[in-house]
Amino acid sequence: MIMKTVFEKTSGLTDNQTHYCPGCTHGIIHRMVGEVLEEMGILEDTVGVASVGCSVLSYEYFNCDMTQAAHGRAPAVATGIKRVLPDRFVFTYQGDGDLASIGIAEAVHAAARGENITVIFVNNAIYGMTGGQMAPTTLVGQKTATTPFGRDGSIQGLPIRVSEMLSTLDGTAYIERVSTHDVPNILKAKKAIRKAFETQKQGLGFSMVEVLSSCPTNWGLDPNESLDWIKDNMVPAYPLGVYKDAQKGDVR
Amino acid sequence: MGKVLMKGNEVIAEAAVHAGCKYFFGYPITPQSELVAYMARRLPEVGGLFLQAESEVAAINMVYGAAGTGVRVMTSSSSPGFSLKQEGISYLVGAELPALIVNVVRGGPGLGNIQPAQSDYFQVTKGGGHGDYHTPVLAPSTLQEIIDLTEAAFDIADRYRTPVILLGDGMLGQMMEPVEFKELSEREPEQKEWATTGTRGDGKPRIISSLELNADALEKRNELLQKKFALIKQNESRYETFETEDADYIVTAYGTAARIAMNAINKVRKDGLKIGMIRPITLWPFPEQPFIETRDRVKGYLSVEMSAGQMVEDVRLAVEGRAPVSFFGRTGGVVPTQEEIYDQIIKLAGGVEV
Ligand SMILES: Cc1ncc(C[n+]2csc(CCOP(=O)(O)OP(=O)(O)O)c2C)c(N)n1
Ligand code: SF4
Repeated sequence: MIMKTVFEKTSGLTDNQTHYCPGCTHGIIHRMVGEVLEEMGILEDTVGVASVGCSVLSYEYFNCDMTQAAHGRAPAVATGIKRVLPDRFVFTYQGDGDLASIGIAEAVHAAARGENITVIFVNNAIYGMTGGQMAPTTLVGQKTATTPFGRDGSIQGLPIRVSEMLSTLDGTAYIERVSTHDVPNILKAKKAIRKAFETQKQGLGFSMVEVLSSCPTNWGLDPNESLDWIKDNMVPAYPLGVYKDAQKGDVR
Repeated sequence: MGKVLMKGNEVIAEAAVHAGCKYFFGYPITPQSELVAYMARRLPEVGGLFLQAESEVAAINMVYGAAGTGVRVMTSSSSPGFSLKQEGISYLVGAELPALIVNVVRGGPGLGNIQPAQSDYFQVTKGGGHGDYHTPVLAPSTLQEIIDLTEAAFDIADRYRTPVILLGDGMLGQMMEPVEFKELSEREPEQKEWATTGTRGDGKPRIISSLELNADALEKRNELLQKKFALIKQNESRYETFETEDADYIVTAYGTAARIAMNAINKVRKDGLKIGMIRPITLWPFPEQPFIETRDRVKGYLSVEMSAGQMVEDVRLAVEGRAPVSFFGRTGGVVPTQEEIYDQIIKLAGGVEV
């Protein structure tokens, strides 16, 4: 019998087993980033920045040089790396607590400076790692460990739409929001990630892909229900699409 | 090169350039802002990069990123800003990255004022950020000495893969003195095999991280760090002594306080009292040796500080109760006068017979 290889693991990821919960889409997003780095042939020229959150160990998974940053500071760390090594590819991989809460200033200013880096922003509307507390992206009405009665805008404030916000800054070159809730969207997500790295390759400035992601464990839903929850609740609150494409002029 | 008249903050900046530092990430705060401004102008001239960060927190994390690529990199600030850098300093220590952090200390706590002080001693010598760690701290007392110590600071940082603190105060930062630099030589940047610069065909990806989820493994890492601190303690402790051989009493002070105390001691010596001086140059590691050598033969020590009494604790530890240790300090950005210190020494030594 002749065996034919029809599918191979991307060389963009190491052989380490990830620690993500079953049904968590962090793993899918990792794979897309790894595949893009491999397909673009830039793995050896890339320095990634892992952040704090469930993806804190992503330095164990991406098959390139990696630096681990303090909570929220990844865009500043990436700035330091990129300013010394302008010809390397530098990306951060950050959750919504990391980027939109403690690290919002670092994200806004890296974007405003037009740092030629790529941010992979994983929005699961909750803090995963610390046990399901409210994130800046938690939806109104969403129950979390710290909004046990549901997020009430008049008490806990209203969600931050990061893609919309950062796309108002002149320093941003490419910003797209994508989702992982079904295959067509996953394919779109990968295209967006590729586009973001291409943007960096062309030296156009700050690029970010916001990826709507699941957290079955802390949402208290099974993996399938979680994907439906993204589609039914997150997508309406966080509309998908290209928010900024400097090459085409502003999109939205 | 000849002598040039320069401001302390600018001397630190130029000394860093001489030491091969090409990257600076900072945020303005008085009384060290001239350092930031000098770098903004100077670094492009040597093919380097200056970047004004949005905050001290961002600046130290930019330093963390740049340090991970293996280059000589620095930031500078003053007390309230230095407090904000503590997060990053702890991470630099944990990830074993070399960098220079300058603290030109001002009066505190809180917003305090912009006058010179030494009240960050605890913060810089005892760790400051979270976790078990120390950072080497170098405390110059003249502008000429800044030049040597800035270079030494970068060398120590590289040798031990650790952040190093250069500690000044508002007086040193703002004063002008003639200084002489060596010719600027083109240094070959050191190749660091651990640096994350992209694997580029040289094999396995490198990781820079301070995370270790397993308690036993983290304890091992801590033990290794402690070994490194012990080595630094053994090799890098620096101090200067003045007429301690025949001294009945020894004054100890660092930085600006040491300059003023020195003048007071000269005056007391003219009055016939045998007073010596120990000037710690490294505050961590604290130089215990000159205290060990003198503690069984002097009648006492006087620690003079621009704080409410911080270094005096390390003096007491070094003296181990074998001689009395007294303290004189001014706080809030008040600089002690030569006369005040003179009076304190006279009081301690039991008066002068004229
Ligand atoms: C300074 C600091 N504060 C708090 C924490 C604790 N902490 C770790 S992960 C996290 C939230 C991460 O959430 P998110 O970025 O949304 O990532 P996720 O876990 O959902 O992937 C927090 C608060 C920390 N590590 N450091
Ligand atoms: S806690 Fe949530 S975000 Fe974290 S790995 Fe589990 S499912 Fe994923």
